[in-house]
Amino acid sequence: MSLFEGGIAILGLALITLVTRAFFLYPERDLPLPGWLQQGLRYAPLAALVAVVAPEIFMTQGRFIDTWVDARLPGVVAATAYYLWRRDILGTIVSGTLVMLAFRLGLGW
Amino acid sequence: MTGTALGIAAWGLLTGIAMAKSELALPLALLMSLIVFAGSAQLAALPLLAGGAPLWVIWATALCVNLRFVIFSAGWRRYFGTLPRGQRLRMAYFAADLNYALVLKRFPVPPATSQSVPYFWGGVSLNFPAWHLPSLIGLLVGDRIPTQWGLGFAGSLALLGLTYAMLHDRATWIAAAVAGAAAVATFALPLRLNILVAIAAAVVVGLLIDHTTQRAAQPEEDLT
Repeated sequence: MSLFEGGIAILGLALITLVTRAFFLYPERDLPLPGWLQQGLRYAPLAALVAVVAPEIFMTQGRFIDTWVDARLPGVVAATAYYLWRRDILGTIVSGTLVMLAFRLGLGW
Repeated sequence: MTGTALGIAAWGLLTGIAMAKSELALPLALLMSLIVFAGSAQLAALPLLAGGAPLWVIWATALCVNLRFVIFSAGWRRYFGTLPRGQRLRMAYFAADLNYALVLKRFPVPPATSQSVPYFWGGVSLNFPAWHLPSLIGLLVGDRIPTQWGLGFAGSLALLGLTYAMLHDRATWIAAAVAGAAAVATFALPLRLNILVAIAAAVVVGLLIDHTTQRAAQPEEDLT
């Protein structure tokens, strides 16, 4: 991706963030929110996150991983366990990263 | 408030490192860090930008990740809807997740008062540097960290943590599982279309669950 194209993409990202944050705040009059949209909005952000994360965790170069010897897996297990224990995102990131590093650098997974 | 600012700072640092680790050119990473001001959208867009996905796929993904702000903006309107339009737009740019949580906690009853507006800007003045400074530091020093450590994984874990925070009932768990399976199963599609397939599948499944269980179990839908 060229610098110019990347710049356009990033300006668009900034604009999208502003538009979504201002969506109901900016108009002068109240906008009605249809019921099905309200319900669908519950799932779209969640799905977008999972769709980005799942391949990053379970795939290597476009293929589903076929081995347990992958440092990402214990990392995800540790992160998940920490989240269930503490419900804290920061600790989830730190614990998962440390476990992944321990397996990758210590055991060479 | 300092505790949450520390969390924001660590999150900003990790986002900066993830950006330094991606294939994104430094000027672009700096530009993104400075003007986008939305951590989860930045992390989601990162692999797409680095992999040269088409613009509309990048934007559609960010739009979906940011959809929660549309819901928040309906909440903000109840607080600040009577202020001048220019001021509302300025507030919207700075209205991150943390500020929403803080204002909601401090002022449970909506209408804007002489206190809630300064409180909002006070929160922003803490949140904004707490995000940007560590983010820039991570961006500039992240390159010194060897690639084989795979620290970009921290970015995936950050998104994973955000995902867990959104799972609060059976319907959201099932929708997430469907989205994950669909994204992996259709990964071979061009243009990262697997993301859009996953979103469509999860929304359809989620709405189906809502419409089949709503009347029996939960007459009042909790919109969060």
